[in-house]
Parts: sequence; structure tokens; C-alpha cells
Amino acid sequence: MAEYQNIFTQVQVRGPIEWGTDNEFNLAEERVGKPGFSSLFGWIGNAQLGPVYLGTYGVVSIACLIIWFNIIGISMLSQVGWSIPEFLRQLFWLALEPPGPEYGLRMPPLNDGGWFIIAGFFFLVSLGAWFLRTYTLAQSHKMGKHLAWAFLALVWLIAVLGLIRPVLMGSWSEAVPYGIFPHLDWTTAFSIRYGNLYYNPFHCLSIVFLYGSVLLFAMHGGTILAVTRFGGDRELEQIYDRGTASERAALFWRWTMGFNATMEGIHRWAWWFAVLTPITGGIGILLTGTVVDNWFIWAQEHNFAPMYDGSYGYADYGSYEAFIGQEN
Amino acid sequence: MFPKWFGEWNKKNAKDIYGPAILVGTLGGAVFFAALLVSWGQPLATDSLQTGPRGTGMSVAEFKADLARPDPAIIEIIQSDPLPPEPGEELAGDIYENVQVLGDLTDANFNRLMAAMTQWVSPDQGCAYCHGDGGVETYGEDLLYTKIVARRMIQMTQNINENWDGHVNANKEVGVTCMTCHRGQNVPQNIWFKVGPVNESMAGWSAIQNRATNISQSTSLPSDALEKYLLEYEQINVHDLESRVESLPGDPRIQETERTYSLMNYFSNALGVNCVFCHNSRAFYDVGQVTPQWATASLGIAMVQELNNDYLVPLQDQYPEHRLGPVFGDAPKAACKTCHQGYQQPLQGTNVIADWPELATSGAPVYE
Repeated sequence: MAEYQNIFTQVQVRGPIEWGTDNEFNLAEERVGKPGFSSLFGWIGNAQLGPVYLGTYGVVSIACLIIWFNIIGISMLSQVGWSIPEFLRQLFWLALEPPGPEYGLRMPPLNDGGWFIIAGFFFLVSLGAWFLRTYTLAQSHKMGKHLAWAFLALVWLIAVLGLIRPVLMGSWSEAVPYGIFPHLDWTTAFSIRYGNLYYNPFHCLSIVFLYGSVLLFAMHGGTILAVTRFGGDRELEQIYDRGTASERAALFWRWTMGFNATMEGIHRWAWWFAVLTPITGGIGILLTGTVVDNWFIWAQEHNFAPMYDGSYGYADYGSYEAFIGQEN
Repeated sequence: MFPKWFGEWNKKNAKDIYGPAILVGTLGGAVFFAALLVSWGQPLATDSLQTGPRGTGMSVAEFKADLARPDPAIIEIIQSDPLPPEPGEELAGDIYENVQVLGDLTDANFNRLMAAMTQWVSPDQGCAYCHGDGGVETYGEDLLYTKIVARRMIQMTQNINENWDGHVNANKEVGVTCMTCHRGQNVPQNIWFKVGPVNESMAGWSAIQNRATNISQSTSLPSDALEKYLLEYEQINVHDLESRVESLPGDPRIQETERTYSLMNYFSNALGVNCVFCHNSRAFYDVGQVTPQWATASLGIAMVQELNNDYLVPLQDQYPEHRLGPVFGDAPKAACKTCHQGYQQPLQGTNVIADWPELATSGAPVYE
């Protein structure tokens, strides 16, 4: 027997194309793309694909993102002498790097970080326009602006990394390179240079909220799936008219851990945890090198980096000869 | 695909074969692998060498299979007892012409060493590799670059054994001979050259990194780390030693940290160890939380700087073109891996100098 499930939907409910609202903002006129159905999309979500509302901000955002992406890609291609095979082979190694420290906040030559500055400019314009797009679209739907503010939290972290902190440090060379492995190199070097970022309390907070988001996501998703058979997946109805699904879900958690969120409040938990991840992370990065220069020593001064007793070096724990099996 | 009658028969006699098949497959597979593990043992068993206090996670891990296999180069070490000189025995410097560095050796030891060097460096070409094809009467002449380089390399070996005792004999008497690097080859395998800008059409910081090169250990880290730190005496010093300090122009930045990280990657791979062999990784800079091996390695850095600048680079003009670097035509240079070749101690700490007092000192050899 076929059955209806929430994730990886096996039955795809298809009616006529759903056009959505057409209100005083003429949203319908600006919708682009001929809507259709995709079985593939139906497996993981709604089978209907399109139409899309682009609007001015959407066009600006996408155009700037494409320019940013192409500056990076073409720069990488030029670094391998325009060889496509070499480009593919070295793709994870290549990067568009910020200028060296010698340029400070001046505009460097194009091939020594200049393109990075230009790409970064388009990236920020793109992110800003996307924020405005989410804001205005929510406005015209008479929705709250939660998604726009959440996106702004991400923009904050990106802006700290690529704009605010480099300006405070007085050098564009502090920015993060655009590249797969190179941005990881930067991350490691950033932590090591400033005496181990794990001792930065805001880094700790960011990790708490990141892992907390994951935990909340799993708890909430699991709870709702578990009470779907009682209508729990109709969350909005459950919020204003609490039914047996809500009751059971609440009882499950109250009896498990003595406390339960509410049908509405759990979404605030999730939103704040997600949003606080980049906000606290951004604060931690902003303080590094500007206010605190060595987090390990800072942690020692604040008494939360304990010393471990015992000697350093293998001599007190064994010998190299014994380790390689050559002890006679 | 199948005939119609089969389809109909199949429909009438429907049987769920997938359920039991998955169950049987899973259980059977688990039993099979459990039996393999029990009978043959864990194939990837590891052993570890603790390098720091409990709770810090400091240890170097190795596969037991690798530990059980000694460095294959050890059996190629030449066993040869030194021949203590008789009183009044004539010295090589008096017998042969143009003996500049081994003149204090007796004839027997001189020839013993020459024969060993042939095995270490040019087993295929023999004596002629340095002395040419002109016969014994021309052996005194400096006809070939190989002889000039070899003489300087003997001096370098003597210098290492004599003055860098703190590095090469840090744990016990080990010493170095030609064999430590050459291993029967004309040119040691793990030398390095400058690779310069590795990316086309870029300049500065962008140009010297983000390529998988030998020197960057196939990472995207800078490819100029050996050049900066082991040749140009650049300081390995990227941290602030107070929690809050004023930033000054010229302070090390992330770029220097990445370059240091590249060098440390090279160190790790050259010695077959990890970061915590020397450092407590929670505070890399803190000399209060490093192992004695950190000090040995620091001496090694100074030693390699001297070897490169005083011995190897000045030989630049002696080499024929095919011995020079592919990009800059620079002289071949040494670093950790040239001797260590993947082991904590070269040749796993085998004492190679005991048989060769002639290479242990720049003065007259001391026989015991």
C-alpha cells in the first residue's frame, strides 16, 4: 500500500499549478519562469518548480554573485596557464588570494590581490542585495522579517572576516582567500597565529550554538515526525489549536527531561540558536588580533587553561628503540 | 524481458525475497568479517609512543606492520673495522698527491674509506666517477666536478659530526656518513631546489602558494618555506607572547604563520612524526610545553642553515647544468628529509659513525 510520508515523499500530490498570491504589489507580473513539475524534486519536497520572483534586488544579487564567481574562476584559470585539465586537477588547491601585508589598505596591483578586492566588493553587494530581497519579499507577503534578519547574521560573519576586521587591522591581507584548501589553511593559521582560537570564549559560544542547532533540529524534526500520525505535522494548526499530537509531543519531552518547549516556542529556540552561531563567531573573530593577541595566554590569565603534570618527551614513557622493536 | 507466462506465474506466486536476502546478507557478512578478524587479527593495528603528560593527547601513532619492518637501508650499511695505525706508518698525505682533507689517514684506512665512498655514492660508476678514466696516475688531479664536490662533502660530514653533535648524537652516538644521505646514489634523493612562483600571471603572496608541489608537501600552503627558513635565516616566530599587545608594523601575520605551517608539514613528513612529537598543540609557541625533541629539531634548523649556506650553495659554480635546479638553476640543497628519509632518527638510529673515525673529525682521526 502506498503511504504518505513527510521526507522522501513516496506519493506526490499534484494538482493544477499553484500560482500563489497576487496582491497590491503586482507580484504576479514579476514572476518569471514557466512552472512545471519534477518527480525528482517531488521526492525531497514540493514537486512544483517555479515560478520565481526575481525583482530588482534579486537581479542585482545574482548578477554580482556571478561576477564574483567568475573573477575567482578566471583568476584560477589564469594561474594554471588557461589549461582546463590542470584547472580541474588543481581546483581544490587554487585560490584568489588577498594582497600581501605590504599593501595595507591600499589598492594593490590586479595580479597581487587587486582582483580579490574587486571580487570581494561584488560579493558584499550581492549579499546586501539578497538581504534586501528577502526583506522586501517578506514585506510584500506581509510576513515577519525573521528570514531577512537570519540572513543578515550570516552577512555579519562574512563582513567581519572580509571587511570589518581587515580594516581594523589596517591590512587587506587579513582577509580570507577564496579557495577550497586555501581558506582552510587560513583558518588553521588564524588560530595558530593568535595562540589557539579554541580558548576564545566567543568561539566556544559559536560552537555551542552550532552543535545546539544540530541537536534542536534533530529533536524537533524527530518529534514532529513521531506525532505526524496524530496530525502533528500540521504545526500551525497545532499552535493555535493544540491537539493530541502536541499533547503527546509535549508529554514525551516533559517526562523525558522534565521540561518541554511549546509548539510555537521551539521555532524560536531553533531560530536563535542558528542566528547566534554566526553572530557569536563573528564577535570572536573581530576580537582576535584587535583586542586579544594570544588566546591561550588570555585563557591562562583568566584561569581556564589548566596545566597538566607530567614530563614532555617520550623518554619518560618508553624508548624509541622499544617502539620500533629494536630493543636488545 | 521475460515471457508472458513467467510474468503471470511470478505474480501468482509472489514471494518477498528482498527481506530475507537483506537480513541473511547482513548477518552473513557480519559473521564472515568477524571470523576474518578473529582468525587473522586486526590488519591495521597501531601502536603509539606517548610524548607528553596524560590528558594532553600527545603521542605518535604508527601501524604495527610498519614498525615491524626495519628501514630497508640499514642492511646496506657497510661493516668495516677501522685499522688502528702502527707507529711510524706512512700517511696518505705523504704518499699521494693533492690530498687536501684526508691526509692524516694511514694508507690502509684511506683506501678503506675510498672503497666505502664508492659503495655509498657511485657503486655503478666506481672510482672513475670522481677520479676519471685516466688510470691511477691521474687520481691526484682535480679533473672532475664530482671530486671537488666530494671533497667539500667530506668536510661537511666532518663538520656535522664534530660541531653538530647536539643534533646528530642527541640521543646516542649515531653520527653521519656519506651513506646517511646518498644511499648508493650519485645524488641523494631528498634534496630540494627553489621552485619560485608556482602560479602563472600572479605576483607576490598569490604567486608562491596554492599549488600541490613537492616542497609544499602537496598542500596548498606556500612553496617557499624551505627557502625562507632553511636558507635565508628568516625567523620562525609568529606569536605574541602576551595576551594583549600593540600591533606594530612588521609584526608577523597570517602569511608568516602559513609559511611556518608549511615548514612544519615538511618536518612532520621528513621524520614520520606528527605535531605533538615536539609541541603541545594547544600552545605551539610555548617553550614550557615542548619536548626535548623540539630542542634537537631547533638545533637541526640551525645546522641545515649552515650546511646550505656554507657548503652546498657555494658549490653552485662547480656543478654541470643537469645537476642544478629546474627553475632557477640553483645548487641542490639539504633539509631534514635528506638525512631522515621518513624516520625519527636517520636509519632508525643505527650508529653509522663507529666504523669511520676518519669522518668524525676534521683533524687527525682518533682510533680506540
